[in-house]
Amino acid sequence: MIDQILTASVFAAALRLATPYMFASIGEMFGQRSGVLNLGVDGIMLMGAFFAHYVALSTGSAVLGVGAALVVGAVMGLAMAFISVTLKAEQGISGIGVYLFGLGMSELLFQRLVGTPRSVEGFTDIYIPGLSDIQFLGIGEIFFRHNILVYVAFLLVPISAYVISRTPFGLMIRAVGQNPQAADAMGISVARVRYMTVILGSMLAGLAGASLSVALLKVFQQNLTSGLGFIAVALVYFGRWRPVGILIGALLFSFVNALQLQVSAIGLDIPAEFAVMAPYVITIIALVFASRQTEKPDALTKPFERGE
Amino acid sequence: MTNTQRIETLEMRGIVKRFPGVLAVDHLDFDVRAGEIHALLGENGAGKSTLMKMLYGLYQPDEGSILINERATRIRSPQDAIQQGIGMVHQHFMLVPSLTVAENTALGMPSRWQLNLRQIARGLSELSERYNLKVNPNLPIWQLSVGEQQRVEILRALYRGAALLILDEPTAVLTPQEVDDLFVILHRMIDDGRSIIFISHKLHEVLSISQRVTVLRSGRRVDTIPTSQATKPLLAEMMVGRPVVFEYQRNAAQQSGERLRMERISALSDRGELGLKEVSLTLYGGEIVGLAGVSGNGQSELAQVIAGLRAIKGGSIWLDGVDMTTHTPRQRHTAGVSYVPEERMVDGAIKEFTVAENYILQDHGHAPYVRAGVLLNHTAIRQACEQAIHKYEIKTPTTDTPIKSLSGGNIQKLILARELAGSPRLLIAAQPTRGVDVGATEYIHRRLLEERAKGTAILLISEDLDEIFALSDRIAVMYEGRIVGVMPRESVTVRQIGQMMAGATADAV
Ligand SMILES: Nc1ncnc2c1ncn2[C@@H]1O[C@H](COP(=O)(O)OP(=O)(O)OP(=O)(O)O)[C@@H](O)[C@H]1O
Ligand SMILES: [Mg+2]
Repeated sequence: MIDQILTASVFAAALRLATPYMFASIGEMFGQRSGVLNLGVDGIMLMGAFFAHYVALSTGSAVLGVGAALVVGAVMGLAMAFISVTLKAEQGISGIGVYLFGLGMSELLFQRLVGTPRSVEGFTDIYIPGLSDIQFLGIGEIFFRHNILVYVAFLLVPISAYVISRTPFGLMIRAVGQNPQAADAMGISVARVRYMTVILGSMLAGLAGASLSVALLKVFQQNLTSGLGFIAVALVYFGRWRPVGILIGALLFSFVNALQLQVSAIGLDIPAEFAVMAPYVITIIALVFASRQTEKPDALTKPFERGE
Repeated sequence: MTNTQRIETLEMRGIVKRFPGVLAVDHLDFDVRAGEIHALLGENGAGKSTLMKMLYGLYQPDEGSILINERATRIRSPQDAIQQGIGMVHQHFMLVPSLTVAENTALGMPSRWQLNLRQIARGLSELSERYNLKVNPNLPIWQLSVGEQQRVEILRALYRGAALLILDEPTAVLTPQEVDDLFVILHRMIDDGRSIIFISHKLHEVLSISQRVTVLRSGRRVDTIPTSQATKPLLAEMMVGRPVVFEYQRNAAQQSGERLRMERISALSDRGELGLKEVSLTLYGGEIVGLAGVSGNGQSELAQVIAGLRAIKGGSIWLDGVDMTTHTPRQRHTAGVSYVPEERMVDGAIKEFTVAENYILQDHGHAPYVRAGVLLNHTAIRQACEQAIHKYEIKTPTTDTPIKSLSGGNIQKLILARELAGSPRLLIAAQPTRGVDVGATEYIHRRLLEERAKGTAILLISEDLDEIFALSDRIAVMYEGRIVGVMPRESVTVRQIGQMMAGATADAV
């Protein structure tokens, strides 16, 4: 029975399902490393998902859809940054506001502009020549037959790790998140860095939404994400603010998701609720037992004011 | 000097800075020349840090102008300041603990895509050799001692091309040996044609290192004089506006019974090592025991153990004959243990709270601050707090001002006022006058002697041997987690204590 469940297609599905988590979590990580907790990820994902889907539907181009999602993400990120950085509003609350706005707005636009769920052609799978044919352990099927966004999501791990640890931009982000006073005294504009990370993070959240609506599911419907964005926020904690940690967390989640699909597909009698709860339970356990040695930004959720 | 233009003269003219409810700097003139160490003196809250923050672009003056090499210059941000060749080492260090020395130096540098940390590390090594500032550029800040962190701040400013270096109370956190080392470095810097603004409350330091002294009082300049014409009493009087006493009248100790007894106390330090090794010490009512030692030898751990803020690995503690080894901090406070902590911003106060809230932090649960069992009685709180402000001459606009906008010395005074308010049985005062001006130091010393006369047992932890000798009845010296000797004050000299602080045993000196 185990070989009926743990098939290569389950692993391939797990990799695919990890995509939205990774975009959203890594994006969220940038904001948090600079000290801004954006709880509006799910709302931004919904808006990104809707616009990507709508543009793809009307133009026939998934690429244009992704572009639209990035723009919408940036705009919502700008709003979030304005509220939490410039107006210094309580970050937890403003994030929930952004979430509710995205939830309602995407639903409204969908009702007005589309109406009933319709599928788009979206991104097709790209078979990597040579590699996708590897039969051994199903490697070809698992790793090398995915749509472009899956590859991009995985590439984002080393890229963002490099940006955070090796570039002046990453250094500024860490400094601003750990000790904004010190960064300010060295001539870094705390507000500018935080605007940049929140906008960047929100663009990635938009992209995460697009990965659902034009690549993974290829449809849009009301509350398409069903809270996936909140899991993405939890994954940042789970991953201890490191891209590789986030990768591991995202894979864990998506693997459980994929198993759940497979288990119900082959008609096993396990209550679906268990599978749905499993990821959350795992996260909580992991958070409790996680090591104290973390990159948690000291200034997370704290607005910056000069002169202390 | 290499990559910077010199600052031949820098002048601040008619500078004014207002904060809500305070005129922090009031039409002030100030100037520095190349190759000079200019000391800035003034009471707590006189406006020294504020003036310097304007020079460094952190605050904008409301009025007045800044001239560099006779040209009017606006300094809008720290970035501008750094570009003009101005560097600053802040009263509270501005380093990111999780980043390395090199990364902290790279912060805010004109960025390229790639961080060239190796090049920065090389530059730092060269500078550190030249100025004898030993620091490993690849270590994260949190692993460095306070003295090393300060060297990092200085090195970073030099690396960024500082022609003028502002040092805001650099010696407050240093051991006497480290202060000597710092002075050698500062001399080398002015020989290179740089200039230095040096802020300190220690008059002997000002007298020994500076060429000129400017004294501030309540945001105004009292005078600028050549150091050669200054004396300790003269400077103190200029600062405070009245003569200041440096030697106190002490009555013979009225020792009463045993107050605190510690037996073979062991405890871990923050780094996880054994920071206290079987320490035993007894204090009697009505005496001051001075605990001398270079910081980091277990004094703060000992204070925290007595206050109940640090777990012990072994040993026991009695207060008035009652075993309180397992008592909570709250129970100890109720039993009469008061603690003036060393890290006042971390352990002694809550930054976001107001002056009044901080004042009742420990007594928020009972009369007279509580009405009807649960409600805070704001009138009573304000009155009590206002009394303390008056008695201790604490400079604050109102009792509702957040404590974070008070100057460093005034925060210390408020905590002391709070801890002395409830007539304690035992007072632990850790560095009670660090960063405090001469007038307030005199006041705090008098208060400690008054407490002693009332029969309180006082443990005075200080690195300032003058303070230890001025106040103590007995002196204990700590070295590497042990008490290496306890002696009556009359039977030892400053020199002997200094040697014991460096590891010599009581018999050897
Ligand atoms: N950000 C701020 N907001 C409001 N008031 C402030 C602020 N910074 C300083 N002040 C007030 O301005 C006055 C001058 O403070 P400043 O820190 O310059 O004193 P100082 O001379 O450096 O004292 P100390 O020796 O204690 O460090 C004080 O009354 C202080 O309370
Ligand atoms: Mg100051």
